[in-house]
Amino acid sequence: MTDEPNLIEMRNVSKHFGDFQALKDVSLDVKLGERVVVCGPSGSGKSTLIRCINRLETHEAGDIKVDGVTLNDTQESLYKISGTVGMVFQQFNLFPHLTVLENLTLGPRRVLGLSEVEAKKRAMLYLERVQIPDQADKFPRQLSGGQQQRVAIARSLCMEPRIMLFDEPTSALDPEMIAEVLDVMTELAKSGMTMVVVTHEMGFARRVADKMVFMDKGEIVEIGAPEDVFTAPKSTRFAAFIKQILNH
Amino acid sequence: MKRIIVLLPLFLLLAGCSGNWGWYVVDPSTTNGANNLRFMMSGAYNTVLMSLTAILISITVGLLVALPGLSKKKRWRAVNRTYVEIVRAVPILVLILWVYYGLPQLSGITLNVFWAGVLALALSDSAFQAEIFRAGIQSIGKGQYEAAQSISLNYRDMMRFVILPQAIRRILPALGNQLVYMLKMSSLVSVIGMQELTRKANELVVSEYRPLEIYTILVLEYLVLILIVSAGVRWLERRMNSSEA
Repeated sequence: MTDEPNLIEMRNVSKHFGDFQALKDVSLDVKLGERVVVCGPSGSGKSTLIRCINRLETHEAGDIKVDGVTLNDTQESLYKISGTVGMVFQQFNLFPHLTVLENLTLGPRRVLGLSEVEAKKRAMLYLERVQIPDQADKFPRQLSGGQQQRVAIARSLCMEPRIMLFDEPTSALDPEMIAEVLDVMTELAKSGMTMVVVTHEMGFARRVADKMVFMDKGEIVEIGAPEDVFTAPKSTRFAAFIKQILNH
Repeated sequence: MKRIIVLLPLFLLLAGCSGNWGWYVVDPSTTNGANNLRFMMSGAYNTVLMSLTAILISITVGLLVALPGLSKKKRWRAVNRTYVEIVRAVPILVLILWVYYGLPQLSGITLNVFWAGVLALALSDSAFQAEIFRAGIQSIGKGQYEAAQSISLNYRDMMRFVILPQAIRRILPALGNQLVYMLKMSSLVSVIGMQELTRKANELVVSEYRPLEIYTILVLEYLVLILIVSAGVRWLERRMNSSEA
């Protein structure tokens, strides 16, 4: 793992929303094939961190390199990373007017230039990987939350990204549906996908993460292998946070 | 069927005031009445054709004007505001007269009555269409834009495949309203001599001198057209909602 190249390099990244500083001097490397779990209290900047990686937010200071491309204001950098980074949202954000299959084929057809047949074939492949090929012709609203989130994961995978970002993928789900989504994510991790996951699911983090990142007030407070940080947290803030999460 | 039942009391009421009415001018059982009726209804074609052409143009222009209104850049938004504020401030009748009598002097292009009417109606309506589209597009959540961006769709594809299909479903009732409005406003084009419903009625009034009966029929003509449009829009709404809640 250590000799793999860096897919994501963040150096001293800062970002404000008005007077509020969402990111303070954050530096983080993610290697090819590495699974990083980011946690922290709400407002700690963890969502902003991953949203900067696929340019849903723009950073003000510092450098972000994704797959060797420095992110800046030019359309060119966006174009170069397009298709490299996939993202799964808390609220799924499926396209409600399109069927599951159409949700999955839109990107491959319009962006990657696949034919309808090729795109459908690829969509069905990924629907099988998230275990809902039988829902292909339904509309998102006809699916449960867990199924919708799995469709969203498949939609991202259809673009065949090198990095997958997850922004609290199970936070909007009913408890009984969390497991099915985490299972799909665990499978994905086993296949060697590079993943950055913002989540409070500590069981998932322990099982899957190569690296744990704890953020508070826009800073990375603690970073390390899960077995180290969970058993012997270096910072009192992280110790207090996991105590709260595990005891609730 | 229900609609006919609703209209029935109106007919009875009108028929009841027989003392002051002279329905013979439009009595289909007499040759003269039938001819008069046919003459009046012959304007429907132009009314409908003019309204439909105008609304298609105004929807297109409205959308093109709405898009800069959604820009983050102030300059683009200013283009949108200027267009909407100026066009919205011109009374339709004034615009019709200006396009028909004024534009030829300004540009050397003489439009026939039909196209002058269509242009004025479309121009006037486009400001309202722009506002409707802007509101509709703004009602689509940020998540849809982010999802489109996350699969790397460019602006055009994002609008075409993700945002506009959803926005149009939401603004369909408002678009229906504008079409109703357009059908009614097209009556104003009669002042420059367009042979549509209102013009036909006016001409008949001059020869028959029964304004009360003829204008009552004119009211009913518009009513029927507009009820058809309403039913059509409701049908379209139902059809679109069956695929998305």
